[in-house]
Amino acid sequence: MFDALSNRLQDVFQSLRGEVRLTPETTERVLREIRVALIEADVNLQVVKAFVDRVRDRASAQDVQASLSPDQQVVKIVRDELLALFGDARGGLSTGGARPKVILMLGLQGSGKTTTTGKLARMLAKQGKFPLVVSTDVRRPAAIEQLTVVAGKAGVRVFDPPGDLDPVSRARGALVEARNTGCDVVIVDTAGRLHIDDELMGELVAIKDVAKPSDLLYVADAMTGQDAIRSAGEFNRQVGVTGVVLSKIDGDSRGGAALSVVSVVGVPIAFVGAGERLEDLDAFHADRFVSRLLGMGDVLSLIEKAEEVVDSSTAASLEEKIRKNTFSLADFRDQLRTIRKMGPLEHIMKLLPGMGQLKELGAQKPDEKQLRRVEAIINSMTPEEREHAEVIDGSRRKRIARGSGTSVEDVNRLLKQYDEMRKMLKMVGQMTGEAVPEAPRKKKKKGPFSLMR
Amino acid sequence: MGLLDRLTRGLARTAERLAQRFDDIVGRADAPGRETAALDVDTVEALEELLLGADVGLGATSRLIEGVTKRPRTGTGLRAALTEEIRDIFAGVTAPPVQPATPPRVVLIVGVNGTGKTTTVGKLANRFRLDGQKTLICAADTFRAAAVDQLQVWATRAGVDIVRANEGSDAAAVVFDALTAAKARGVDTVLIDTAGRLHTRVNLMAELEKIRRITAREVPGAPHEVLLVLDATVGQNGLVQAREFAAAAGVSGVVLTKLDGTAKGGIAVAIAHDLSLPIRFVGVGEGIDDLLPFDAGAYADALFRPSW
Repeated sequence: MFDALSNRLQDVFQSLRGEVRLTPETTERVLREIRVALIEADVNLQVVKAFVDRVRDRASAQDVQASLSPDQQVVKIVRDELLALFGDARGGLSTGGARPKVILMLGLQGSGKTTTTGKLARMLAKQGKFPLVVSTDVRRPAAIEQLTVVAGKAGVRVFDPPGDLDPVSRARGALVEARNTGCDVVIVDTAGRLHIDDELMGELVAIKDVAKPSDLLYVADAMTGQDAIRSAGEFNRQVGVTGVVLSKIDGDSRGGAALSVVSVVGVPIAFVGAGERLEDLDAFHADRFVSRLLGMGDVLSLIEKAEEVVDSSTAASLEEKIRKNTFSLADFRDQLRTIRKMGPLEHIMKLLPGMGQLKELGAQKPDEKQLRRVEAIINSMTPEEREHAEVIDGSRRKRIARGSGTSVEDVNRLLKQYDEMRKMLKMVGQMTGEAVPEAPRKKKKKGPFSLMR
Repeated sequence: MGLLDRLTRGLARTAERLAQRFDDIVGRADAPGRETAALDVDTVEALEELLLGADVGLGATSRLIEGVTKRPRTGTGLRAALTEEIRDIFAGVTAPPVQPATPPRVVLIVGVNGTGKTTTVGKLANRFRLDGQKTLICAADTFRAAAVDQLQVWATRAGVDIVRANEGSDAAAVVFDALTAAKARGVDTVLIDTAGRLHTRVNLMAELEKIRRITAREVPGAPHEVLLVLDATVGQNGLVQAREFAAAAGVSGVVLTKLDGTAKGGIAVAIAHDLSLPIRFVGVGEGIDDLLPFDAGAYADALFRPSW
């Protein structure tokens, strides 16, 4: 996400490499480039000005460690100032409050309220809550049906009294229903509306008065331009907003709207939505966001994603296999599946530090198809072949290739990769010092896997 | 001075409406006795800020600024000069829509999620039917929950036929069915609503290419018009969207929706300037009649006028 801004800023930083000192001239040049990058990223002009002024002040004051090179100095200042813009606001939902907890979704038409409602409901259900969703959108054709379908996919209850076309009474009904059925969260979806539509804004206030929400989430399209603060500001003034959900951030938007809304309207970002799948919603973390923006990667999010899909017993048994050097093709397949469960490869790659610099990745993008092909090849093997790859002779290779719809070359390549991987793992296993007891134990060096224990 | 103070000060100015600020700039530049004097640095800077603040983008903004400053100041005023420059940008890109020799004419509607494609299809269908064209809607958004139901409501409102399939079925197959039906029923115009897709999703963009291929195979020369629906609130990302959709689906025109908000859709200027794509229609409300043909003069005038 936000690749364009991230790339622009990295170009700026790159151009500073090799400079010995930050002179006023280079500072001005860099500031000009940062300004253009931010404007092109749709950051509000006032924010751009204030930001650039702040960076200038600090750069000229040499308000950074002298041990840093000029590019590092600028990165540090930009990073600090970006973090300052976001403040110490925390993402996620408010804690505590009345039961059932009521969440009201607000926003312009097409910002993604209904989809976000579904994602949020799924997220809460996964956390052990019992959400009830209700649509009060009686205007857009089929909006209520859309929420019903989304809720069905998320596996949460939906409140839809047939024939009741009054938004306020639908919201009120949902609260009663939640109390009667023991649901602890009610998510109220509303019709998209323009912030200048007084009648509809009045309706929102009426819903709010009845539902008494603890969280008012304003769903904002990440691709919004300079108008972002005006609409968000009006919603905040007239109804009140406790958090922003930034939707569609996978649309390579430069995310300037995010910076503007947070800094000008003063409302923290609660969640970000990055995809059409129901699980594509994450709590917002300013520090990780800024790291990613500056191309520093986001290892914390990567670890969290991995933890979500790998349970600790699987990890332990894998480690055992590596130590005993019995890592089979079946295990290899399990690993592939785990990686794919973490989401599209491209998303994962972006979390890795330094990946941002590999702009020419385009031609050799991680290919999901390739992974599927490898899986198909392993699937076409017999259980025996998966455990003991050495039995796979020429005729077996032909059979496997036919069975998986690939060529013998593909099968050969996979076997070779597996072989190399096993050699590498053997070394890793030996490094832990316990894999091969008869091997000389001169150095008791800690291997990378010792951390996992 | 801390960041917050600066922002608070900035906020007061942001709250001022574009129109008000433009009036101020024009008032200063064209004050009695100065109408023929060259524009000063402050005016140019204020103008630049104003245009950027309306999402016009860096490229188009510098062209407009250059045009205005190079123009001889004959006393006709800055407002007229800028309006004319904006009109010039649009005047350069007036490729008329293709009219096939034999019907049906096929119009493909594309765009990212939530810009108002389905609503636009409903409004267009109504418009075409009122023009006396026999119109057929093809519901090829088989992805979004209840999208087909939403379109069904619009088809009923507009009084036109609709070809639909079940949610989750293959979009290209629905398009094929619709085109076959259109030929059999002697339809004049087929409107194809597609699922919203982010331009970064390679496989979804490939699906658009497939729809395009099927259309061309079934109706020679089709699609005759590919309309990209853009939300007026979109920022500079609108340019990227237009570029990507043009590459995958061969966009021939743009529909700018939600112009009834406070956003002025300055991205339209950027798209006309950077990509030479004409703007065909503008959406100005939720009613079925709230779709108007784009008028560059009116748009340029309205860009710096209050909307309410």
